Amino acid sequence: MSSSTNATTHHTSTIGSIGTPSRRNTELALLVFAVAIPVFAYANVGLAIDNKVPAGLLSYGVGLGLLAGIGHLVVRKFAPYADPLLLPLATLLNGLGLVAIWRLDQSKLLQSIDVAGDKASKQLIYTAMGIALFVAVLVFLKDHRVLQRYTYISMAGALVLLLLPLVPGLGADVFGAKIWIQIGSFTIQPGEFAKIVLAIFFAGYLMVKRDALALASRRFMGLYLPRGRDLGPILVVWGISILILVFETDLGTSLLFFGMFVIMLYVATERTSWIVFGLLMSAVGAVGVASFEPHIQTRVQAWLNPLGEYKASQAGVKDGIVHSEQAMQALWAFGSGGTLGTGWGQGHSELIRFAANSDFILATFGEELGLAGIMAILLIYGLIVERGVRTALAARDPFGKLLAIGLSGAFALQVFVVAGGVMGLIPLTGMTMPFLAYGGSSVIANWALIGILIRISDTARRPAPSPAPNPDAEMTQVVRP
Amino acid sequence: MNKPLRRIAIFCGLLILALLIRDNWLQYVKADSLRTDTKNRRVLIARYSTPRGDIVVDGEPITGSKKTPSKSLNDFAYKRTYKDGAMWSPVTGYASQAFGATQLESIEDGILTGDDDRLFFRNTLDMLTGKEKQGGNVVTTLNGAAQKAAYDGLKKIGGKGAAVALDPETGAILALASYPSYDPSTFAGNSLSTDSKAWTKLLKKNNPSDPMLNRALRETYPPGSTFKVVTAAAALENGLYTSADQATDSPVPYTLPDTRQPLKNEGSIACKNVSMREALRVSCNSVFGKIGADLGKDKMLEEAKKFGFNAQQFVPVRSNASNFPEKMDRPQTALSSIGQFETAATPLQMAMVASAVANNGTLMKPYMVDKLQAPSLDVISQTKPEELSRPLSEKNAQILQSMMETVVQSGTGKNAQISGATVGGKTGTAQHGVNNSEKPYAWFISYAKLSDGSSPVAVAVVVEDEHANRDDISGGGLAAPIAKNVMEAVIKNKK
Repeated sequence: MSSSTNATTHHTSTIGSIGTPSRRNTELALLVFAVAIPVFAYANVGLAIDNKVPAGLLSYGVGLGLLAGIGHLVVRKFAPYADPLLLPLATLLNGLGLVAIWRLDQSKLLQSIDVAGDKASKQLIYTAMGIALFVAVLVFLKDHRVLQRYTYISMAGALVLLLLPLVPGLGADVFGAKIWIQIGSFTIQPGEFAKIVLAIFFAGYLMVKRDALALASRRFMGLYLPRGRDLGPILVVWGISILILVFETDLGTSLLFFGMFVIMLYVATERTSWIVFGLLMSAVGAVGVASFEPHIQTRVQAWLNPLGEYKASQAGVKDGIVHSEQAMQALWAFGSGGTLGTGWGQGHSELIRFAANSDFILATFGEELGLAGIMAILLIYGLIVERGVRTALAARDPFGKLLAIGLSGAFALQVFVVAGGVMGLIPLTGMTMPFLAYGGSSVIANWALIGILIRISDTARRPAPSPAPNPDAEMTQVVRP
Repeated sequence: MNKPLRRIAIFCGLLILALLIRDNWLQYVKADSLRTDTKNRRVLIARYSTPRGDIVVDGEPITGSKKTPSKSLNDFAYKRTYKDGAMWSPVTGYASQAFGATQLESIEDGILTGDDDRLFFRNTLDMLTGKEKQGGNVVTTLNGAAQKAAYDGLKKIGGKGAAVALDPETGAILALASYPSYDPSTFAGNSLSTDSKAWTKLLKKNNPSDPMLNRALRETYPPGSTFKVVTAAAALENGLYTSADQATDSPVPYTLPDTRQPLKNEGSIACKNVSMREALRVSCNSVFGKIGADLGKDKMLEEAKKFGFNAQQFVPVRSNASNFPEKMDRPQTALSSIGQFETAATPLQMAMVASAVANNGTLMKPYMVDKLQAPSLDVISQTKPEELSRPLSEKNAQILQSMMETVVQSGTGKNAQISGATVGGKTGTAQHGVNNSEKPYAWFISYAKLSDGSSPVAVAVVVEDEHANRDDISGGGLAAPIAKNVMEAVIKNKK
């Protein structure tokens, strides 16, 4: 690990000039697959639903291919040593998401409640905006360490983003969770962007404070207990996540935000005690809030007894119809898919209704691609996380390490929380599957996240410049006969 | 920093692993139960996604499928139609997009939709060759002419009632009629304006005559005097009397044991010390009440159970269990033995009684599905007649037959005589309601025998005529003509 807090220091490591190969051609080859698979899937949906190849196949394929191509060219030019897997994996997920959204657009039931219809074309525009942000990150962020300068601005920015939905007139309460803001006809989930900005703040803050947090502690019963004053920041973060939970009734963001902080704290300090504290505090927070917040209680009940709650809501005995109904519909969708799924376009996941193409999109994959498809998708997510962690391991500066692990940890947590919620492993939260789900904020923010990871991996894998010619070396040079 | 990083990597791996395990549990272990959950709307969507197979009578389908107009939100492609729906509904049940399916439509749903595992190979072939999935057929044992005779007869009287005809030698159900009935076509779709309205009108709370009740299988009535056949069988089987013409030691008036309450006979018929033949011919309460009391509760119960009482029958549609009370004192045993007190029987049960007598004492298990056919008409399963029990020895059965034949030749059942066939029967007029205040039920059970000794049909008919004059209600008057028509239809069909 290079131990420099000075942004101007250049590569001081001893790695020689024979660095890792750039792997740009590998990336290109993988991208071809990442575009071809969704194109085939798109044709498949059309054939299943209308018995003909969909009219938009060419424009859709070209559109996705073009976006992937731009991404690739920009990486080739501005981040030549970046990890070759991140871009193709994200492209594949994004493309499959587009296919699923288009497939749900065909549902008359969803059209009738204005959830579907033209969402795939909108999602393609959001994807373009996401790729644009991805390109902007790579072009303008030459070195991720620049972000350290914005540690406290990031903190302020994150707080603003997180609290924005609470501003009267701006926030929109959609089905019980206040996590959207509405500007004109646009709705944005600031939480998705806050995730990245917060990771920057945590990385910058923890890099500076990590020694104090790690070393100034007392040993008690085998655990290093932090000092009271060091507990300050963790208490603040805990407090904010509780506030989000209470006022925005957003279990997902609150969990994600706190989980990411604990992960980064642990990595920065290498102290297991922080994890113990983190788990304890999240448990206290969750139980405490759940004991008086009806929205959370509904979700917990719907999770513990989905069929019972469904029947009760059907019979009109209880309200809270929305959540148990959806949870149960999603379980049925998964069950009906079985091992191999019904095939694209041949399931009935539109029965999930209003969030079928956003929070619950995984159920469509579960029904139509089956266990096999879901396992593949989960493994793709797993691979993205793995490449992120690998980037963190390879990064040579603590800020880069912390930022990379923060982002990939948050990504993993989000996948777990959403997929676990939809599959009934944990209570439902209102978050989206990165890249798969319909929604501008999510796609754009996650492309930015991939952009930053690619930037860090480029820096990490970039070979150190060749050492300056050493005059002494000449003297020991072997002269060939 | 790398050590905690590696641990975080493991933690992230565990998160993904947990999701993978959960997914396997959900989509592999629990998949079948979720997929077939009746609340899962996909079950309905699949049921109506292709034309359903048909329910077949006499080689002709009595059901059909019609493509629903592709309105914007209807996710059901096909709708069920019924031919003579009201007449056949006790057999078919209904399959409604909005209200689910019952009876044969529900029990054989797998065959009718084509989803049954036994059709798996064929479905796989169809999938590979790109053919649309088809449903198989359910071929019933019913006889169209007999069913029509039964339904039309009940309809003519206009009261509530039911009729069941069995083939005594196999147990095959030949007629299963209930009146008033309903046409399942009227609510086979899911339109709020037509189907839901039709359904609401049929519900018992809106329609006191309860047309959706399958009276042939699901309603139990006090069987009245028709139960005396069971009592006579018990007397013969237990050796209380060994012949039909032996004088019974029975006084008139007969006082119920342990009481001072006399058991009355209808009108002024002579019942003192008459033979069982004579007692059955004129329907003496005193004789059969005394036989029941003499035999005692246990022997009566044993015989009733042999005839199928106190158990549900599955034909394969479930019928309610008929009831012969298990707890009663001696006077109650006497009353139960003439079909009063808590004795109650379904029309199917009483048809089983007649069929066991006609079949020389062997009771065959009633059934109404002859075979299940694949869409290609290949037979998937064929029902083989099964013996249910032997309530009577052959000799005693023949004694009882001669007694029942006397009832039709010269007794209360004259209305059921058929030229060219020997008919045995028993009438019943069952009183019910508090202090017998309500109009009694008219019963008739009978069987027909041909000259070659074969017995092609046994019938039970019950009629509740709200319009008739109370004194006119009798099993011989109201129910016997219907039974006669049903038997004639079967005999004619057989020739």
